[in-house]
Amino acid sequence: MIVKEYLKDHILYLDGGMGTLLQSCGTAAGELPERSNITRFETVAAIHQRYFEAGSNVVCTNTFGANCLKFSDAELEEIVARAFAAAKIARERCGGENRWIALDIGPTGRMLKPYGDLDFEDAVSVFSRTVKLGVKYGADLIFIETMSDSYETKAALLAAKENCDLPVFVSNAYGEDGKLMTGASPQAMVALLEGMGADAVGVNCSFGPKKLAAVAEEYVRLASVPVLLKPNAGLPRPSENGTVYDVDCGAFAAEVRALAEKGVRILGGCCGTTPEYIAALVKATEHIRPQPVVPKRETVISSYARAVEFGGAPVLIGERINPTGKKRFKEALRAGDVDYILKEGVAQQEKGVSVLDVNVGLPEIDERAMLETAVCELQAVTDLPLQIDTSDLSAMESALRRYNGKAMINSVNGKEESMAGVFPLVKKYGGVVVALTLDENGIPDRAEGRVKIAEKILRRAADYGIGEKDIVFDPLALTVSADKNAAAETLRAVELLARRGLKTSLGVSNVSFGLPHRDVVNGIFFTLALQAGLSAAIMNPYSEEMMKAFYAYNALIGRDDDCSAYIAFAAKLPERAQTAPPAAAEAEEYKSELQKAVIKGLKERAAALTKALAAEGDPLEIIRGEIIPALDVVGAGFENKTVYLPQLLMSAEAAKAAFEEIKAAMPEAKAAEKCRFVIATVKGDIHDIGKNIVKLLLENYGFAVTDLGKDVPSEKIAETAVALRAPIVGLSALMTTTVPAMEETIKRLRKDAPWCKVVVGGAVLTEEYAKMIGADKYAKDAMETVRYAEEIDASLHLRG
Amino acid sequence: MDVFTKTYPAPPYDKEEIFRYAGIKGDAREFTGLAEECLGEAEGKLSFRVCYARFPVSVRGDSVDLAFAAPRSSALAKNLAGCAFAYVFAATVGIGIDRMIAKYAVLSPAKAVMFQAIGAERIESLCNAFCGDLAREEGCALKPRFSPGYGDLPLALQKDIFRALRCEKNIALTLNESLLMSPSKSVTAIVGFAGKTAAL
Repeated sequence: MIVKEYLKDHILYLDGGMGTLLQSCGTAAGELPERSNITRFETVAAIHQRYFEAGSNVVCTNTFGANCLKFSDAELEEIVARAFAAAKIARERCGGENRWIALDIGPTGRMLKPYGDLDFEDAVSVFSRTVKLGVKYGADLIFIETMSDSYETKAALLAAKENCDLPVFVSNAYGEDGKLMTGASPQAMVALLEGMGADAVGVNCSFGPKKLAAVAEEYVRLASVPVLLKPNAGLPRPSENGTVYDVDCGAFAAEVRALAEKGVRILGGCCGTTPEYIAALVKATEHIRPQPVVPKRETVISSYARAVEFGGAPVLIGERINPTGKKRFKEALRAGDVDYILKEGVAQQEKGVSVLDVNVGLPEIDERAMLETAVCELQAVTDLPLQIDTSDLSAMESALRRYNGKAMINSVNGKEESMAGVFPLVKKYGGVVVALTLDENGIPDRAEGRVKIAEKILRRAADYGIGEKDIVFDPLALTVSADKNAAAETLRAVELLARRGLKTSLGVSNVSFGLPHRDVVNGIFFTLALQAGLSAAIMNPYSEEMMKAFYAYNALIGRDDDCSAYIAFAAKLPERAQTAPPAAAEAEEYKSELQKAVIKGLKERAAALTKALAAEGDPLEIIRGEIIPALDVVGAGFENKTVYLPQLLMSAEAAKAAFEEIKAAMPEAKAAEKCRFVIATVKGDIHDIGKNIVKLLLENYGFAVTDLGKDVPSEKIAETAVALRAPIVGLSALMTTTVPAMEETIKRLRKDAPWCKVVVGGAVLTEEYAKMIGADKYAKDAMETVRYAEEIDASLHLRG
Repeated sequence: MDVFTKTYPAPPYDKEEIFRYAGIKGDAREFTGLAEECLGEAEGKLSFRVCYARFPVSVRGDSVDLAFAAPRSSALAKNLAGCAFAYVFAATVGIGIDRMIAKYAVLSPAKAVMFQAIGAERIESLCNAFCGDLAREEGCALKPRFSPGYGDLPLALQKDIFRALRCEKNIALTLNESLLMSPSKSVTAIVGFAGKTAAL
């Protein structure tokens, strides 16, 4: 019988701790336990045998850390081969019926980017290597366990799915706060893992059964696949008789039984548990009739941290990350200015959206690369789930692959070609897909026609194994000014779909195209659609009318306790009468109001004042006459140590906000007046706060900064310097271990870009060190870098 | 070597230390608002976890036998002189602070600097709380804690410490190729105990 069949009517028992037992048999401190498969083969086999005898159906091979980051290829293969040989011998000795061997896979030991240095695809390759070996040596299933990072969990599951057809069980290690170390809630993890096709999901390690109970119960409530639980025997503590775990086997068995009665279907133990624990556990639970695993109907997407559910309160999806009709956005995309996108994302989050639509398609850019970058960087600054919005399937796939969670996908439609392209991606990577109710014959005029297309889409999705809970239908808001019935039919389609229990979404603002005061029409249409049962809207969160409709609607239909969300929203609405700018007297000790705002670091005020000034006069004059002098005041203060770093930065941020207004006022003009400055943190170093500070100040002073980011190889820095013929390159390193990478980069620059001046900085550098590695200049802080860059820029002008 | 773990509640803040790490040397009144805002935002996003082990020590010349590794370091030898046993520990305040630093590096470098400072203060306070507990439990004075990279103690000792303490499994702390730790606000160190014999 295969394990999945057996699981249908039985509780499945896993094994208990391996490391603890090996250690008690004498593994030396610091020795890698996986080597025991070779050095103490018989001990390992005996431990497996004791677990089978105690009642385990599944033993996990001693391969927790068996990966190519820790072992050479040859040794890795030997470790895995011997691990399976040991488990197989144990199984033969006990008789093989209903006994299986799982390839055990733990974390790599390295953190994935951006917080560590392991690339996502490299992590997938590392896991793939181990999975292939497990398959080769006879695994019956794959057991991914003790994962404390959702992203690494995804890499491991993807590797398993791409390299075998075996069942995959996935188990995560939760902290005391009921979340993964990297922040995921149980709901976010269940969504991610089920979306990708895990055969069982659950929880192991960390604590004893009692402390894991809440998370395990949450899993049972949410998961449509069997739930597993493999807790520790509590926590270790020193005692007179050596180290003991604080939950004994009787208590352990009783506590796990309570959870088995609530529906946990796969049971075992982790650190500190022994064959005695498993025997007690089997005895305590074998009489229990296994609870059936009930499929759940909730439509859920997730980020690395949180889940968003459709069907309750309407979900707002921010539409602003999209270049359509936005000059400034297009300019940012062409310049590869990802920061612009990130700010747009965070600003929408602050306005109250729950999901961010991400569309970066422009004919003249590499959409695949840009979408991947945007997704990766956005998930570093926001915990909102993303909606991947593209019609380019290869861009869609690479973004879905790198996305840390279960994404929303925008979109599929009723055309055969679209479904054949998109559905396989939804199936492989998981996701909730927006389905537009149009097909080869266009958009039906009548609501019934759109519902028919929805039915067709559902049938086709089912062929790919995608259920209706993973589809949100968009019955298409058409322009009411072109057809007086357009809005009414769309609303009717929403209602018909909602009545059948299907989820819906609309791009609301299309409805008002061509009309004056579109906001008014959009707000009312949105309200009507909500009343018709709309589950989500792709919308502009800066639209006051839309937000008013949203908050008021929730309050009116009883979704807002004490109207508190509405009241908080209303408090932020601007008063009718604009307050006049404060009297000029206040600015006395400053040359002007704007200079004061910059010096004091008042972002919003600096932006507002600049906007007003730019409407009247020459924007460039504002830079020369107001912003730069103000920055100079702060910069000089910093150099004289009367102004501290946070103050300097607050001013710089205010200046940047002012620049944004100037750019908006004159988008045609060159953004920078001074020379090109290429900046990067060198290979191996993942710290970039210092580099970002320098970048901000350089931009303030008008330099055209190309920021290559962190952990940048020397070749890329040199290539960029050559391609842009940059007169200056700035390099940052924080660690002593990465200074050699800096030296190598300088050498390469000397060879490929001999005209280029190199300025270096960072915590570990000194004047002498900088000289030793061949830099032109050591800058002790951001201001000194600016001063040096100004010198170089001036010398360029002198030479003409 | 048995490894133990401990989870702490948030230790009390030392605001002066935060300001010092942020590079504010004199009057900090102007920054109280910014600091409060950042502290509020960090609330609940940090965790305070330590894993540790106790082991016998012997020092001969420059070489120090730590039971799980035997580095050569005159500075560590001097630090552990007269100690019969010591603890090795790894402590972290988790990835939450790294997320905030990364977020504000893009949105507001002033806040990023503040979070950087908060993280530095938090991990120091955690180490102090932990070492204070050790001193109380052992009932004797402890030497200043000593980390890989201090003086002539090789940074490469990080690898041995990670292996011995199984940091990734115990407190979800990882070591990358250039021997940096992720989460970044983390410390590994050795603390020697003077005045008592090893009773292991």
